[in-house]
Amino acid sequence: MTALSKQPVVRVEHLSKTFGEGTARVEALRDINMEVFPGEVVGLMGPSGSGKTTLLHCIACILEPSTGRITLDNEVVYDGRWLKTDLRRLRLDKIGFIFQYPNLLPFLDGSDNVAIAMHLAGLGAAAARSRAIELLDYLEVGHRKHALPKQLSGGEAQRVAIARALANRPRIILADEPTAPLDSARARIVMDLLRRIAVEQDAAIIVVTHDEMILDRFDHIFHLRDGRLEERKLLDLRNSATV
Amino acid sequence: MNLAYRDIKHNLLRFVLTNFGLSLLLGIVIMITGVYGGLIDDALRQARAANADLWVVEAGTNGPFAEASRIPGDTRELVSRVYGIERAGSVTYQSVQTVLNDRPLRLFLIGYESGRPGGPRELAEGREIMRSHYEMVVDRSAGLMIGQEVPLGTHGHKFTVVGLMRNELTSSGDPVAYITLRDAQTLQFEAAPPAARRELARGGGLETNNQINAVIAKVSPFVQVNEVATALSRWKHLSALTQEQQETLLSKFVIEHARKQQGLIMVLLVIVSAVIIALIIYTLTMDKVRSIATLKFVGAPDRTIVGLIVQQALSMGIFGYVVGLALVLVFKPYFPRRLVLDPEAVGIVFFITIVVCLLASTLGIRLALKVDPAEALASSG
Repeated sequence: MTALSKQPVVRVEHLSKTFGEGTARVEALRDINMEVFPGEVVGLMGPSGSGKTTLLHCIACILEPSTGRITLDNEVVYDGRWLKTDLRRLRLDKIGFIFQYPNLLPFLDGSDNVAIAMHLAGLGAAAARSRAIELLDYLEVGHRKHALPKQLSGGEAQRVAIARALANRPRIILADEPTAPLDSARARIVMDLLRRIAVEQDAAIIVVTHDEMILDRFDHIFHLRDGRLEERKLLDLRNSATV
Repeated sequence: MNLAYRDIKHNLLRFVLTNFGLSLLLGIVIMITGVYGGLIDDALRQARAANADLWVVEAGTNGPFAEASRIPGDTRELVSRVYGIERAGSVTYQSVQTVLNDRPLRLFLIGYESGRPGGPRELAEGREIMRSHYEMVVDRSAGLMIGQEVPLGTHGHKFTVVGLMRNELTSSGDPVAYITLRDAQTLQFEAAPPAARRELARGGGLETNNQINAVIAKVSPFVQVNEVATALSRWKHLSALTQEQQETLLSKFVIEHARKQQGLIMVLLVIVSAVIIALIIYTLTMDKVRSIATLKFVGAPDRTIVGLIVQQALSMGIFGYVVGLALVLVFKPYFPRRLVLDPEAVGIVFFITIVVCLLASTLGIRLALKVDPAEALASSG
């Protein structure tokens, strides 16, 4: 499935992150190394407080690591310090984010919630709206384009949120427990959708999850425990999930 | 895509209800401006109604409006003979209160000599005073009708309303009424019958009531007003004020306390408005923290967030101002005193409102800029 000849879209090397000083010092991430290739969907698992969200924040460039190196889409963005001054623009161009809850802007309808990301990237209103509708159709929620978030079901809202994450054709999609508020059937549908996006858009997708029912949708699973990362064999995890 | 507009549209009812309170507050600010304008205008109208170049008053006094001035009734003849004086007229001023239809009625009576300076400027209805006694021209705000009779004075003389004026009020809001000088002197200086009997019994005799408060003079256009004033001031029992001095006295000193009080109320209201606007914007921003975090996360620059808050603050200010102004204009005729909405003053209130909105929005902007994009990841629905 993975084209190993390709360059990884996400490369994290010797990444660490500590919070606080002295006795209050907490090592949230310790010497993390990981690579995610285009077309891959990887899972990031671990107990609460293990550092999953911290790692996701570091990759999303909203939290500065303490040490290490982060390369996104063949561009080193962090090497002991941020090398890019405009991280907002970097996020806008390269990263799509799917939240645990859809986090749609309540005052915008479905299509505008998607178009806003393109509008912020500088795309004209008409072009942004046209692509938003295209994306909503692709995710099979085109018929809900005029609905406000409060009028959407959980699954529909999550699809609109996914469409927003895809709006600027990002090479990296980060998802923080995107299936948590969904039942297992809908969770599988969302994961299948992410798989399809990864392949069709040649994107790397990192999904933080606790949901063991969707393990078979990942190419790799990374397991975080006490800030350390270990890659788990999918087969072991799948077996443990069925026991 | 205008986010501020979309957010307001989404919460339209809340926006309207929240801002209605602000409208009332701004309406009060505009109203106080109108009261202030009315105060100045009424005071100046009072002086300008006489159409005078010079005011001749009792020596050492500041004229009939600022303090009591009493001069002999023949002063007008003296003044008329001074070089440069074209025309002159005697006037008296007094506040009276009477009862009409079981309700108190306050009037500011001006006694004048028919055909001489000091009479009413313009009539809205009816005619000028034609008879030498018991006729009256009064401002409409007194609520009197043509032909209506008003009892005045200790002897209860009945004065018939023959003419009505518009917007002739004192700075304290009392309607102005004109009567003949003779009647005014009688009302002002005539003792009540018991008092007159006591005075006779005391052997004091009857005092003459041929006294006036001021002489209003028109100066020839070929002579300097100041020169005439200087000439008049040589008489030790008289002082002469130019129209400009009279207006300054009225607008700066006579109504100074009222002006300061209203200024203070205005400042307090502006401060209260600023606090309320700041709190509303802060609360609205608090409600949007998650949306702001999401916007930041997906890559919205700070200017987009600042724009959202500033535009909403300005919308509030403009909405509040327009509705406030509309309310004042609608209820202006029912207000117990005359409101004069000077376009410049109303414009200044608008400018202050906009500045206050911009300043008040800084609190919300500060909060919004502090919002961590990571808050969008917080696990709450």
